[in-house]
Amino acid sequence: MEHYISLILKAVFVENMALAFFLGMCTFLAISKKIEAATGLGIAVVVVLTVTVPVNNLLYNSILREGALDWAGLPNVDLSFLGLLTYIGVIAAIVQIMEMVLDKYIPALYAALGVFLPLITVNCAILGASLFMVERDYTFGESVVYGFGAGLGWALAIIALAGIREKLKYSDVPEGLRGLGITFITVGLMSLGFMSFSGISL
Amino acid sequence: MADASAKQVLFEPIFSNNPIALQILGICSALAVTTSMNVTLVMCAAVIAVTAFSNLAVSLVRTQIPGSIRIIVQMTIIASLVIVVDQVLKAYAYEISKQLSVFVGLIITNCIVMGRAEGFAMKNGPWLSFLDGVGNGLGYSVLLIFVAFFRELLGAGSLFGVSLMPVVNEGGWYIPNGLLLLPPSAFFIIGLAIWGLRTWKPEQVEEPDYKMSRHVAKEAF
Repeated sequence: MEHYISLILKAVFVENMALAFFLGMCTFLAISKKIEAATGLGIAVVVVLTVTVPVNNLLYNSILREGALDWAGLPNVDLSFLGLLTYIGVIAAIVQIMEMVLDKYIPALYAALGVFLPLITVNCAILGASLFMVERDYTFGESVVYGFGAGLGWALAIIALAGIREKLKYSDVPEGLRGLGITFITVGLMSLGFMSFSGISL
Repeated sequence: MADASAKQVLFEPIFSNNPIALQILGICSALAVTTSMNVTLVMCAAVIAVTAFSNLAVSLVRTQIPGSIRIIVQMTIIASLVIVVDQVLKAYAYEISKQLSVFVGLIITNCIVMGRAEGFAMKNGPWLSFLDGVGNGLGYSVLLIFVAFFRELLGAGSLFGVSLMPVVNEGGWYIPNGLLLLPPSAFFIIGLAIWGLRTWKPEQVEEPDYKMSRHVAKEAF
């Protein structure tokens, strides 16, 4: 149990997807002008990550990894080079399925997430989490926890940034820095703040 | 299309319409790889190759793709190209591919590749699309190399792994600025680079969302 708690804390604070690994930056900068939009996107990322990382973990361990096809009588097959194609396919498919399921059963949430769901397919944080999961060799249980934690960290970061930007628009920024420039500096400062978590180990 | 426009397509993205500084594309997989010049150059070459060839491939089949599944088709083309790049790197530059870790794979979701395939290659011929891919890859590289130059020079006192300013720990005089090797510095450098670029080309300055009204002194009554 403690192992999982430490994993989740690490994924949220120390190895924050957005602020320590720069993943999902495009959407992070583009959709952080309003808190409501940022919250919607944050929730969508948490949900998608919690589903896709474990699914990719199962696929990797039972089909792609070297020697994983032992049960089918093919002990020497190594399909790990197909990894990238598989993960992105899985992510695109799951996002599509989730869109349909949500539309049918939870229309309120579907309306709230709106355009953000399809956008998530090309969010690097999602693919990044799957690749990190493979690189670090997580078990199934760990991958569920990691997926959730990584999503939570990303959501936290984007909501915080949106909060800052809502206030920031009243400030008198030098002309050349206006918009994107000052946003980069802000994210840099936030990232500096998150660096202070890096000494924590549980 | 005349030669002039081909040139325009190739060079415009480098400064006038830079994918990172203006279009907010492709920041995702980029920043983590800018701590040293070697790694950055490899990453840039990989991105230029993928953008150029995916644009070419998408443009070649653009009339055949049904509109409803075009995203999946583009994704598959891009993912296959990235797998090729990844395998080549693993075969010939194993050390660097270890340092790039997951970021080669993340070229797939690099918005530049996807954005150019969707925004340009779907509407233009193969040759122009190829040039557009190279141009955007170059625009991306210029900014990345700029960032990497400062991070490696000031953070480690070296360029391409060759020590230029001997560090104190090794008996030299330069006290390296450790912050520049940490993630936040990349944000600062890009922020400042955008500032510089926009001062040079003022037409890129964004409109303010909110304008403070002029202070007017009023009489008490």
